[in-house]
Amino acid sequence: MIDVKKIRQDFPMIINHPDLIYFDNGATTYKPKRVIDAILSFYENYTSNVERGDYPTAILADKAYHQTREKVAKLINSEAKEIAFLANDTAALNQIYYGIGKKYLKEGDVILTTKAEHASNLLPLYRLKDEKGVEIKYIDVDIEGNINLDSYKELMNESVKLVAIAMVTNVLGSIQPLKEIIQIAHKFNALVSIDAAQAIGHQPIDVKELDIDFMAFSSHKMCGPDGVGVLYGKYNLLESIEPILLGGGMNARYYSDGSIKLKKAPEVFEAGTPNIEGVIGLGEACEYLMDIGLENIHEYEKELRAYCLNKMKEIDSVIIYNETNDSGVITFNIKDIFAQDAAGYLAFHNIAVRSGNHCAKILHEVINSDQTIRASFYFYNTFEEIDKFIEVVKNITKESVIDIFF
Amino acid sequence: MSKQSDYLNDATILRELIMDHYQYPHNHKLVKDDRYLSRHMASESCIDDITVQTYIKDGIIKDIQFDGVACTISTASTSMMSDLLIGKTLAEAKVIVEEYFKMLDGKEYDEDILEEAIAFKNVYKQANRIKCASIGWNAIQEMIEEVEPKE
Repeated sequence: MIDVKKIRQDFPMIINHPDLIYFDNGATTYKPKRVIDAILSFYENYTSNVERGDYPTAILADKAYHQTREKVAKLINSEAKEIAFLANDTAALNQIYYGIGKKYLKEGDVILTTKAEHASNLLPLYRLKDEKGVEIKYIDVDIEGNINLDSYKELMNESVKLVAIAMVTNVLGSIQPLKEIIQIAHKFNALVSIDAAQAIGHQPIDVKELDIDFMAFSSHKMCGPDGVGVLYGKYNLLESIEPILLGGGMNARYYSDGSIKLKKAPEVFEAGTPNIEGVIGLGEACEYLMDIGLENIHEYEKELRAYCLNKMKEIDSVIIYNETNDSGVITFNIKDIFAQDAAGYLAFHNIAVRSGNHCAKILHEVINSDQTIRASFYFYNTFEEIDKFIEVVKNITKESVIDIFF
Repeated sequence: MSKQSDYLNDATILRELIMDHYQYPHNHKLVKDDRYLSRHMASESCIDDITVQTYIKDGIIKDIQFDGVACTISTASTSMMSDLLIGKTLAEAKVIVEEYFKMLDGKEYDEDILEEAIAFKNVYKQANRIKCASIGWNAIQEMIEEVEPKE
């Protein structure tokens, strides 16, 4: 069970902005005090670089940094050595696709993805198309962004070498049937790469049970700090791919003839001084979320969503694009009102949502709207906030969106 | 006190002006004419995507047209901009554009020169919408700057 009143006390942003209704958790999440404190403590008590020092504070920093691998591993049920820290989800996805492209793909190979993906999970694939001559095919998704398994099965054959999809899509919150998708992919010896940016911290993820080959997500969408992305790979696969970045911290030896002996995964993907404070903060965020319980978080988000959805369906002017899924995301528009005008009106009333195409710029080919408003909940949101949101949504009209300027 | 006609001090009228320019934008039809300069303004941070065209000859803005997908504030502000600048010399237009941007920055500005465009005088209070009120004006400003050395 979620004790939301108590939980809200953990978040300085909520304490400092008691009247701000934050429904933009798909963009980023608030950070609990203990995450902020963990970061401060690194700077105040044991600032040091990692992997290098012999002195006590350096050993502390090293320990805190590497413990985060264990914490993340626990969160997603992987091994610690299967976790590498990069700059963000985008960096992790780019690393995955660069590595897979170089090692496993050749001209004519097929990559399956969907039109509901975030730019980060498509543009690196488009580069593979340009540079390696691979073919990209889109699995059909329904108007709520859910993968059509029949379409997937039809497209699947021996030439498919990679299936690259989001676990939860960022605009519509569609939760994809990963278990089935991955089983089928593996029958055909295709690799599977999962963008878990919108799933992590919202629901339990078990990479072993799902048999995921590669996965990426970012710290800041799960109560952790900005500037850290997690790259997960099954160890034999992770070991097999080449790093994008070369430099300090990732080599074991190099010689004047130009030969390099690299470190092993995961360190090989962490060239340069990493975001140590960020990684330490992420470790604390993992513990915080596990203390609350991912299952509890998911259940509570579902309750928030159902409560909000029922009230929104009673408002004639509201168009909803994702009635049926189980994520904490409601994507909607107000009839005949430009999404940004409506979002501006909500902002004027202290409600934070997102409007636009949400970095999924080909999704409009599927949902017949190139702009939507996305309200995305997290476990610190409340039913009272939804009540207030509903009252404001009811008042959005052509006239009222202009009234806010007078 | 301002020389501005009294009716422009009335918030109800300013609100109606925005609504009217949004629902029935003026000069809202792109032309195929080589004499026109054109700017495609696709905001990176929002969905606004408009094209503004202008025909400038002998130092005078002969015409402005625009079209695209945009919010209330973008559409209405670009529509009003076109009304305001058609027929002006480049020098006059530049002053008007500068005064308009001062208004959007929340600085002192000459409200008489802006006529109906003072409807956007409070946009500066909502930082997230300043770009909406700027998009069409940025387009014309860029095109004036492009053509000016040649004129």
